[in-house]
Amino acid sequence: MASIEMTNIVKKYGDGFPAVNDVSLDIADGEFMILVGPSGCGKSTLLRMIVGLEDITSGDMVIGGKRVNDLAPRDRNLSMVFQNYALYPHMTVFENIAFPLRLAKTPDDEVRRKVNAASDVLELKEHLERKPANLSGGQRQRVAMGRAIVRDAEAFLFDEPLSNLDAKLRGQMRTEISRLQRRLGITTVYVTHDQTEAMTLGDRVCVLRKGKIQQVASPRELYEQPVNLFVAGFIGSPPMNFLPATPEGNRLKTPFGDIELDERRAAAVAGHDLLLVGIRPEYFEDASLVDDAKRPVGSIFRAKVDVTEWLGDSQYAYIPYDAPDSIKAHLRDLSKELDSEELRTQAIVSIDATSRIREGREAEFWLDSRKVHVFDPESGENLTRDAEAGAELTRLATQDRLEHLESARAQQDGASDGQTGARGGATAVGAA
Amino acid sequence: MRYLFRPPATDATGLLGLPWDQPLEEWDSELLLDVPSRGISRHVVRFVAVEGQVYALKEIDERLARHEYALLAQFEGEGLPSVSVLGICVDRPDEQPAILVTRYLEYSMSYRWLFSRPRGHGSPDQLLDTMVVLLVRLHLAGVFWGDCSLSNTLFRLDAGTFAAYLVDAETAERHPSLSPGQRDYDVDLARERVGAELMDLQFGGLLPEDIDPIEVADSLPRRYESLWEEVTREEVFRSDEQRYRVAERLQRLNELGFDVGEVELRTTREGTRLRVETRVAEPGHNRRELFRLTGLEAQERQAQRLINDVRAFRAYLEQKAGHPVPDTIAGHRWLAEVYQPVVDAIPEDLRGRLEPAEVFHEVLEHRWFLSEKAGRDVGTTRAARSYFATVLPGAPEELTTPSVIAGRG
Repeated sequence: MASIEMTNIVKKYGDGFPAVNDVSLDIADGEFMILVGPSGCGKSTLLRMIVGLEDITSGDMVIGGKRVNDLAPRDRNLSMVFQNYALYPHMTVFENIAFPLRLAKTPDDEVRRKVNAASDVLELKEHLERKPANLSGGQRQRVAMGRAIVRDAEAFLFDEPLSNLDAKLRGQMRTEISRLQRRLGITTVYVTHDQTEAMTLGDRVCVLRKGKIQQVASPRELYEQPVNLFVAGFIGSPPMNFLPATPEGNRLKTPFGDIELDERRAAAVAGHDLLLVGIRPEYFEDASLVDDAKRPVGSIFRAKVDVTEWLGDSQYAYIPYDAPDSIKAHLRDLSKELDSEELRTQAIVSIDATSRIREGREAEFWLDSRKVHVFDPESGENLTRDAEAGAELTRLATQDRLEHLESARAQQDGASDGQTGARGGATAVGAA
Repeated sequence: MRYLFRPPATDATGLLGLPWDQPLEEWDSELLLDVPSRGISRHVVRFVAVEGQVYALKEIDERLARHEYALLAQFEGEGLPSVSVLGICVDRPDEQPAILVTRYLEYSMSYRWLFSRPRGHGSPDQLLDTMVVLLVRLHLAGVFWGDCSLSNTLFRLDAGTFAAYLVDAETAERHPSLSPGQRDYDVDLARERVGAELMDLQFGGLLPEDIDPIEVADSLPRRYESLWEEVTREEVFRSDEQRYRVAERLQRLNELGFDVGEVELRTTREGTRLRVETRVAEPGHNRRELFRLTGLEAQERQAQRLINDVRAFRAYLEQKAGHPVPDTIAGHRWLAEVYQPVVDAIPEDLRGRLEPAEVFHEVLEHRWFLSEKAGRDVGTTRAARSYFATVLPGAPEELTTPSVIAGRG
């Protein structure tokens, strides 16, 4: 297991276009790092440079303290998991996991020890003597993971591993990967275009856009303290709503009425003309259902509802709003860049499932103004980001991770102590 | 549902009546053709015969299906050895995956069949070399396979030697050219997959005892490296050796089964620097020539063999007529008077085991063998009769190509 350090990594193709542009990123030993972004952002290229499939134009790629820029893929000792895995019908599950070791002529007892240890973690122990034809879809994928585990790779790499699975298996595998990574504590780099995967799996998430890093942070920091319009729009589903806003003293004038800003944020937006205010769907509520205690921290506005969507446990209302042409153009560009189809001059608002707000009627909404962010539409910069609060969120996540890692490693040590004895027994039986 | 087919897709019209709305796994076995296991697939694969043609249908995620469809079409257009793709069916009900339709590669053999048989049908050395030629050809064309394995390769006899075809392009990627890392990765993956596939045969008791999977697999990178070096290396030699060294190099490449597109000679201080641009397409001049002369389609080495016979026949015609005979006339008479009678004489129960052009090639070999023994030319008719009686029955029945089986009803 190892850390992966990238310094000023650039990848230029023949036409001079930088697919990856000056990326510096440190992935800690045992960390689960997600590379995410829309198609063409450079995430896969970056992963391929880690693996050794793509030459590095400039910069340093250091794995486990060793510069690997000029090493062949196999000499980097990394494992691409699930990539075109195949199960061999005549071999038992045991042999299906063991074969990379067999090909490397590993001694039998070592093969047995490693496969047994991997199958423990993967909960495949009862299936080891079976043929793979009898395995479920999820178990098959676990066998593929077993192969990666027995190789003792420095890190696991995943390139959109779930994108070709059906929805059910996808959800199941997401949980498995997450659980396994925690148990094994192995450095993992995972590429996806799916922000839900990114948010649920990663210790930290690196958001890329046009070959450049936008922000590297814990999922919570990305969600609560996005660095710019791009990250704010990409992370979260349904996405953040962006409304035109004009600052006036400590207030923002918006199509949903005036929003009051605290001192820090009011100062940050002062002197600007036309801005965008970003409000997540869950910062809204049906005004009639808001606690009296909460009411004063937000504002009330009336709007006509276009559509409501009741999902049983939750409910969404769609509220169209007007925006100047310049803002519409910005939002259209943003949608295009994020590969999303939504027309962004319609707010998606989360309301309580019990709310009786009806389609086509005007209704009263409450808006929590404490968590809104204000963006400069030209530069995209988040003017109200609280860097310190964000850093604290990521610090807490890192602390959680380290605790997990420690207990996973303690458990593994315990397990391998136990297994030494078992192994001795098995060998003795084999010899007799 | 939507069907996308590449022209000429008149073939496709017969396929439209199939139950595309149902999961492939649930299709009525009456509709399907039983083709023995050809390799290991992660997907549901089924075969159907329509109007004498056999197709392979693979159920696969739409994104992958579109990707594979586009790539296979490109490969075919460029003459890379791959299966031929017909089309895809997408937007199937209940969010079912897409189906990719390829034409069954007639007279092809899988590694399972080839390796699990005692010698005579290709040694592991021969098969691995053939596979490496395919991989080098793909790499020269900027194709990263990402899944090079015996399961994804089909073999066909070509005048006694083998030719390899890519069957599965699901994970393949097209680049302007490949980085050393991409080639390394592909070769390493191939080594591992070949090793595992042979070990699997061993576990199934299907591998002859004298084949060691690890040894065979470990030889793959070496074979690849030496072939890659041979087809890409730049050479420097003295100006006075220039002529024969260039000829030597070109001949060597031809022997390895590669055509040369362009030869570049640069004079430098150390001597003449030779760089050859190796063509990625399968060599095809003999195939084209045979097609022009006779309208027959065959593989390259088979075509070479058949053309030689056409030439000999033309010489015989000219001698008999006492004046020159145009090559196209000779070609058409050869087809009607020499080739077709041999093919038509293949006994019904032995049909489809070998490609007709391969049968003809073997008859010519047999004729040479009989003539040598008899001390005189025994003639094609007699050679064919003897061949059908003594040699062809030795070609296993399992080899019979599915379209012939389907034709028997």
